[in-house]
Amino acid sequence: MSKITEVAKEAIKKKCNPIEISDDFNQLQISISADQILDVVDFIKNDEACEFRQITDIAGVDFPDRQKRFDVIYHFLSFKHNSRLRIKIIIGEDESIPSITSIFPAANWFEREAFDMYGIQFKDHPDLRRILTDYGFEGYPLRKDFPLSGNVEIRYDEIDKKIIHEPVNLQQDFRSFDIQSPWERTNYLKEDKKNNE
Amino acid sequence: MAINTDIQETSPELERLKELYADKGFVVTSINNLINWARTGSLHWMTFGLACCAVEMMHVGTPRYDVERFGAAPRASPRHADVLIVAGTLTNKMASALRKAYDQMPEPRYVISMGSCANGGGYYHYSYSVVRGCDRIIPVDVYVPGCPPTAEGLLYGLLQLQKKIRREGNIKR
Repeated sequence: MSKITEVAKEAIKKKCNPIEISDDFNQLQISISADQILDVVDFIKNDEACEFRQITDIAGVDFPDRQKRFDVIYHFLSFKHNSRLRIKIIIGEDESIPSITSIFPAANWFEREAFDMYGIQFKDHPDLRRILTDYGFEGYPLRKDFPLSGNVEIRYDEIDKKIIHEPVNLQQDFRSFDIQSPWERTNYLKEDKKNNE
Repeated sequence: MAINTDIQETSPELERLKELYADKGFVVTSINNLINWARTGSLHWMTFGLACCAVEMMHVGTPRYDVERFGAAPRASPRHADVLIVAGTLTNKMASALRKAYDQMPEPRYVISMGSCANGGGYYHYSYSVVRGCDRIIPVDVYVPGCPPTAEGLLYGLLQLQKKIRREGNIKR
């Protein structure tokens, strides 16, 4: 932990009122609530002790067993102080989080990606559309309850002369080769389903 | 265009003609053969690079493997191209664009599917966003296996396509 980061930590502690602040693995990490985000981001961008002027990424994490299932994690970089900062926010599925595009315009596409992959809603985002998945895609692929092979697959229909969407029909089950011993074999989805019934 | 294909390459009349004119600076062949020769010797390929396979496709075009010695030059527009090389993972979002490019190509058109992903989804077979083989979208003539295939592999695929055109080649449609 460098002295400069220590100063930044003290400043954030004093001004931002975070739920939790730590510096494990030589990197600052703070947990805050969703309604604090605009003030905190504005502070860490402009305060002299911090100057985290670059946003590196916005990530989502899904914990399906938790009551508030999503973590939204912001990564910032301070060129001036050569240090990084992580901000963690926990929100539920039906909650929204204020967009930080007014402070960091670069966050626009990051937020769109988090929305695309997890369905996290960002309030006051100028253009909250899907960014990576197919046009007309349904569901949020990085949620833990999203099936690996999705719900639809496509093919070209020679009669209709267009690309059509159909329910997924796999010729062979997905096999997981992540097994510990050679005597143990993989679980097949179809067998699992049968056993559960 | 209707062409008389009764005279085969091996017919005695043709052999006689060949002998007669061989020393006089002429080549005697059937028009079918001539057109097939022209067709196989100018397989201009449409670059449809989608992933890492595209790098190997580039190598095929550059001097080390030099596909241009077979008369095949890269074309940026499908309207100029004879063969479409699908090089890489075809995603659902890209599929309609691939079909559009294919539909724009003039007949006769051929397709080479390059690499595991284009052949059958490959590494991403079980993904929610990948087409399980580009033959679900467009008809494929030659499949080149590998992940990615070597430049030599793709070159061999192109030679196989030439062979196929020669074998099936008939300008009567």
